[in-house]
Amino acid sequence: MIIKIKKKSDIPSSEITPEDVYINRRKFLGASAGIGAAAFLGCGAADTDSDAADAESQDLEPTSWEDITTYNNFYEFGASDKEAPARRSHTLVTKPWTIKVDGLCAKPADYQLEDFIKPSTIEDRVYRFRCVEAWSMVIPWRGFPLADAIARAEPDPGAKYVAFETLWDPEQMPERRWKPRIGWPYREGLRLDEAMHPLALMVTGLHGRTLPNQNGAPLRLIVPWKYGFKSIKSIVRMTFTEDEPPTTWATQSPAEYGFYSNVNPNVNHPRWSQETERVVDSSRLFNRRIDTLFLNGYADEVAHLYEGMDLRKYF
Amino acid sequence: MDARAAVRSPRASWIADPRRQILLLKIAVWIVGLGPVVWLGAGAYQGTLGANPVEKITHIEGRWTLVFLLATLAVTPIRRLTGWNRIIQLRRLLGLFAFFHACLHFLSYAGLDYFFALGLILDDVLERRYITAGFAALVLLVPLAITSTRGWIRRLGKRWQKLHRLAYVSAGLGVLHYYWKVRADTFWPLVAAVTLAALFAIRLAYRGKKKKTRKKGR
Repeated sequence: MIIKIKKKSDIPSSEITPEDVYINRRKFLGASAGIGAAAFLGCGAADTDSDAADAESQDLEPTSWEDITTYNNFYEFGASDKEAPARRSHTLVTKPWTIKVDGLCAKPADYQLEDFIKPSTIEDRVYRFRCVEAWSMVIPWRGFPLADAIARAEPDPGAKYVAFETLWDPEQMPERRWKPRIGWPYREGLRLDEAMHPLALMVTGLHGRTLPNQNGAPLRLIVPWKYGFKSIKSIVRMTFTEDEPPTTWATQSPAEYGFYSNVNPNVNHPRWSQETERVVDSSRLFNRRIDTLFLNGYADEVAHLYEGMDLRKYF
Repeated sequence: MDARAAVRSPRASWIADPRRQILLLKIAVWIVGLGPVVWLGAGAYQGTLGANPVEKITHIEGRWTLVFLLATLAVTPIRRLTGWNRIIQLRRLLGLFAFFHACLHFLSYAGLDYFFALGLILDDVLERRYITAGFAALVLLVPLAITSTRGWIRRLGKRWQKLHRLAYVSAGLGVLHYYWKVRADTFWPLVAAVTLAALFAIRLAYRGKKKKTRKKGR
């Protein structure tokens, strides 16, 4: 499957192409013959903006299924060995799965996974994925905009943030010893306007297949302009709050990880550089090291969210 | 001892020869010392080193550096505890394998990962404390490896022992390097730290004892 990333994707969900129109796209294109339509379908000419062109010129060749699914940080299934989650996460029970939506919203409820996903149109999107540990992949995700799920919950005007929680069940997750000393369950959060951004995705699959357990089945978040740990796995709860919610890594080590955790080559991790990243690829012994892009190459789309903010302070 | 050994089976007498015991142990050290390199080489060739082969090579070489450093530093404590003096003959080989793996660890980081981008490496060495510590540990091993020959031991005399106490400093920096690198799982760095502390404590305990007995002797 060849998947092109949409650059200017501030498209309201109501305008997403219905499947039948998409399937008959040749007829549709023939009828409209407009450049706008071509761009709309993601096969238009390259962006003229320099940053976007920079990002575009980087070959977004997807990382292999094998590499994406055997190199994971999922501390509940092993904290120091990235191959452990693939070996051990088979104990995770993803059916049935319930997502609790609560906090400051008009429609708090416990959703069955199927009901949570059903109203949305599932799309494929290829995103760069940049880990805070300075490695990266290119991943074809399958999912739907987080904005959809948030809109359905109808957050109150007072809701400023949305918090997420990963399942914590020591019976299913072997990493229950003192070893990693992390306060489970894993928690993450976004400012509501970040969460409503069309690039933020609720993910149910990758490479056109169902999401494997080690990658955060059955439902995870993907926020492509932030370090990977913000993209919380195996979500069981979504809570709307007025105050900035506590997040796992920022609580664990506040000097090293902040709430925002935007990919930023100009702000180094206190212990290592964030200027470059290693492209994960099992077929290369001499790994490719590439420059890390500001906001992971999505600056054109999301930089406005941080206008006027000192990103050194709010790292 | 020889007389007693003669009464036993020929096989037992063969192994009872202390020189043979040391030889066998040396062969074992060579096998264990070269094993990881063979394993990594085969893995790289067959493409079985996982999604991030360079990281795996760097990690495994780092781990074996610490294992050999701690093994080197365990020789004297074992000698004191067991009274088996000949074990000292293994120490140079263990130490040189520690240096060997430390070099491969560094080359994997500098060569395979950074492709000898000296600017980036220099930044790391100067600014990232875990790399500063690791690099210092490696640098400290260089004079120890150079002066490990019989000629240098003779030439340096008493100063040789003093110089080679740097192995403890190097191991300490190596453990710190490991501890500073991990994100949350400090289990193995702490195991290494406790081992190193225990080895050092045994050494100090025997040193104290020796001083006491010397005083009594007077």
